[in-house]
Amino acid sequence: MAARSTRVLMSCSSPSLGVQPAAVNGWGAEGQCWELSAWMRKRKDANAALLSNFEVFQLLTDLKQQRKESGKSKQSSGQQNLNTIMYETMKYISKTPCRYQSPETVREFLIAMKGHKLTKAEKLQLLNHRPVTAVEIQLMVEESEERLTEEQIESLLQTVASILPGDPEEQQRDSAMETEGRSSQ
Amino acid sequence: MFVLVEMTDTVRIPPWQFERKLNESIAEELNKKLANKVVYNVGLCICLYDITKLEDSYIFPGDGASHTKVHFRYVVFHPFLDEILVGEIKSCSQDGVHVSIGFFDDIVIPPESLQQPAKFDEAEQVWVWEYETEEGAHDLYMDIGEEIRFRVVDETFVDTSPTGPSSAEASTSNATEEVQKKEAPYTLVGSISEPVLTGTGEETAKDWS
Repeated sequence: MAARSTRVLMSCSSPSLGVQPAAVNGWGAEGQCWELSAWMRKRKDANAALLSNFEVFQLLTDLKQQRKESGKSKQSSGQQNLNTIMYETMKYISKTPCRYQSPETVREFLIAMKGHKLTKAEKLQLLNHRPVTAVEIQLMVEESEERLTEEQIESLLQTVASILPGDPEEQQRDSAMETEGRSSQ
Repeated sequence: MFVLVEMTDTVRIPPWQFERKLNESIAEELNKKLANKVVYNVGLCICLYDITKLEDSYIFPGDGASHTKVHFRYVVFHPFLDEILVGEIKSCSQDGVHVSIGFFDDIVIPPESLQQPAKFDEAEQVWVWEYETEEGAHDLYMDIGEEIRFRVVDETFVDTSPTGPSSAEASTSNATEEVQKKEAPYTLVGSISEPVLTGTGEETAKDWS
């Protein structure tokens, strides 16, 4: 890696970074109040990109792997917040349908969704929640009665169910019930 | 639910960490500063996504540490308006149902946004939704630990920075009063006043079809 270039300021003036110190309070998951003073952060773009649950799941899994590999070389006191938030977020996301997803399924899903004319937020919600009933679609898609006919809603449900993998146990149960039904006829 | 926020900050690396790779030190410092903390008008910061740009590091007189301006992207929990979320009921009180998502606890569903008609059962301290079908009235108890699907209706950011000396004087005069009530810096208001928003199973959907 290239040598870090550092410059020592010979002037006696205070660091002219052009920002003022501001105190920021934050809350930990346990409800403790953390207080810190920091140079004010400039927020460039509040919503640079929406992230799906699956992307965050991947990121946290990779981060956890990295930290495990690098060993316990970090002081635990500073990392406690990160550990807490990572654990809680992973616990929550692992209960959502995104744990069965992969980059290929997400890509397939988005390509299939192109024809349905849904907004980015609606596609994201479908991806995160994997609806199985028509009422759920009505919740997530705004004004679905006007924008989508019943057949479109059905086809949307079909696409979601076929492309996005669901709980494998449930799917086995459903297919078992189906074969039973067919054999009894 | 999650957004990527581009931010800029100056990171201070103390001299005893100079032997480590700069990127690693900076990532660790940023996570130490921001992870699990609420940034005003942005949201609850989760973890660092990546570092976009590192500017030159400076050492200032009197301080041996290096200061580096960093442009980076952070994963932030900030649900958009009208988003559907799934949470767990933490508690019920007169001012509504308190829901938690595990990593974020300050979600309230006020009584007006509950499925009407709803009443508060004082004995069990739970909200009850009485819905009527042809067979008669059924009571749906919103018990603690139950999964609930709700729509985000509003969000509030409160600046919890410490106040100046003038208000500190006023508070010392009320020293006998309890400790000042801690305000949550980021609260979400949810609503379940739509069909199929209570519960996440298919049973509720079948009731409505």
